Amino acid sequence: MSTAPSAPPLVPPAPIAERAHSPGRDAWLRLRRNRLSVVSGLFLLALAFTCIVVPPLLGQGYADQNLALGASPPSAAHWFGTDELGRDQFARVLYGGRISLMVGFVASLVALSIGVTYGAVAGYVGGKLDALLMRVVDILYALPFTIFVILMMVFLKEPMNDLDAWLRRFDFLQNLQGIGKIVGLFAAIGAVEWLTMARIVRGQVLTVKKMEFIEAARTLGYSHTRIIFRHIIPNVLGPVIVFTTLTIPSVMMLESFLSFLGLGVDAPLSSWGTLIKDGADKMENFPWLLVFPGGLFATTLLALNLLGDGLRDALDVRAAKD
Amino acid sequence: MLRFILKRLLETIPVLLVIVTATFFMLRLVPGGPFTAEKAVSKEIMQNLEAHYGLDKPLGHQYASYLWDLTPKRFAPWRLFADADGNGTVDFDLQAAFGINLGPSFKYPNRTVNEIIAGKLPASLELGLWALLVALALGITLGVVAAMRKNTGVDYAASTLAMVGICVPTFVMGPLLVLLFALHLRWFNASGWYFAADRVLPAATLGLVYAAYIARLTRGGMLDVLNQDYIRTARAKGASELRVVLRHALRGGLLPVVTFLGPAIAGIISGSFVIETIFQIPGLGREFVNSAFNRDYTLVSGTVLLYAGLIIGLNLVVDVIQVWLNPRLKFE
Repeated sequence: MSTAPSAPPLVPPAPIAERAHSPGRDAWLRLRRNRLSVVSGLFLLALAFTCIVVPPLLGQGYADQNLALGASPPSAAHWFGTDELGRDQFARVLYGGRISLMVGFVASLVALSIGVTYGAVAGYVGGKLDALLMRVVDILYALPFTIFVILMMVFLKEPMNDLDAWLRRFDFLQNLQGIGKIVGLFAAIGAVEWLTMARIVRGQVLTVKKMEFIEAARTLGYSHTRIIFRHIIPNVLGPVIVFTTLTIPSVMMLESFLSFLGLGVDAPLSSWGTLIKDGADKMENFPWLLVFPGGLFATTLLALNLLGDGLRDALDVRAAKD
Repeated sequence: MLRFILKRLLETIPVLLVIVTATFFMLRLVPGGPFTAEKAVSKEIMQNLEAHYGLDKPLGHQYASYLWDLTPKRFAPWRLFADADGNGTVDFDLQAAFGINLGPSFKYPNRTVNEIIAGKLPASLELGLWALLVALALGITLGVVAAMRKNTGVDYAASTLAMVGICVPTFVMGPLLVLLFALHLRWFNASGWYFAADRVLPAATLGLVYAAYIARLTRGGMLDVLNQDYIRTARAKGASELRVVLRHALRGGLLPVVTFLGPAIAGIISGSFVIETIFQIPGLGREFVNSAFNRDYTLVSGTVLLYAGLIIGLNLVVDVIQVWLNPRLKFE
């Protein structure tokens, strides 16, 4: 995985059969042996594919009402039943899945970029800056993430509305209601979930930066930026990949937590969190409104966790898990 | 140990200061105050309102006087649990105990944040304690049983149960438990906080997630410990399996659980926001979410500060327990 300039081999090349096992290939073979992880990965791929491709083909929007039908239990026409406005739950769950999965991935990417950069800089520079940066992380750790996100969603309320109005001037965004709120969710969740990532990356960088190839890069006169991004970060990718996989479920949990409290996406747009909230309010009479989004959400989280565990074993990472 | 505790307490001062400062300025710098949402009021009324809450003064002045109000001026923690007003409940009077004044609420006229917190905190604390109890009792039992019957059906069942517990969010678990135990079986009320039985479902919902984590940690910790020499010695002495586990292994095996208690406490506090909403519990968590919606500045920052203090304090307790359980660690 090293992108350091390749040196001529010092030892005679190993026999072909052994040389074929690069660390990446080894990890892949180990992962493939873990059935649960493979099944989880396939499930997630299928789910993402369904949520992205299928909704437009349904002929049913997430907001299309059929008041004459009202709430009906699952049937051949409506696989997950309908809510009391006659909206098809299958379509709503899939559209909700789009939002939940999108928030999960994008907010994780935001957290990933902040955390990796922050941790890499702290670990690479070291000294007083490192102490200061890590102290900031400690302070932020003193409060539960949820409290921060709730505060941020409140702070961001007006800016998000402005952003929404501004974004909707563009033609291709006309149909995307509440896009400003979703961007706010990315920012708020990304802004709190990077802390653990920063700690992990810093720890890794501290070990990597003492290695010879970094010294070599420094001798060659490369800039610090280049050394950090081209030489150090690629070498700490293993833990980063594993931890990102484990960040996605916690981000999705946070998003639905916020939506459940009414701080997430606004109606008629729905995420799994808002669907679960609606379902919980009406479960006495229409239990299917809770069971389907709740079940799918829990299964997705389970799959993401199992995949993350499998990846951790495969990449042999001893990352802190919390 | 006293030095360790004092040092940690001193370290919390800058942390709390940063939190106070950040919430204070963030809340005041965002557009939209607590009075903007209401129906248009005349300029004079607005000015009176702002004067009443001191919002007409310069920001620096507001900040300084807020900081002074928050500074503890006496130390009488026992007065938190006194019943000075004689209404049969604990007072939680921060003013009497520490001289901390969190200011007037912006949304509830004539009520102070101290009063609101005192009124709402007991329910939340009770919920949190029961949830923690459920988590520890269930989690440790499951974990120990799984470790003792390693790689058997019992172990796999316990591990699967734990994984499922981790992945079913509280806001799915809660309504499902209500559906089953309250609406179908009619064993409990679906919501409310009046009778002892009303504590069962909320505490179980909140505790189950952490029970799952604790079960996994206990299993891992016990497996580590059961392989050690001193356990073999205990067995060689002829101690019964029950005695080996309870008397010799548990103390070391629970170390990872104690480390996890800090995050668990933070999680239970934020989990209470949802639980209190689902079960209609008059607790501080719901109040906090409402105050965030209402932009009740003082109530928001007062609650955040209280949570931060609570979490930092409990983490300190956890650290002390950790050293007590594992003498190899030293107070540093």
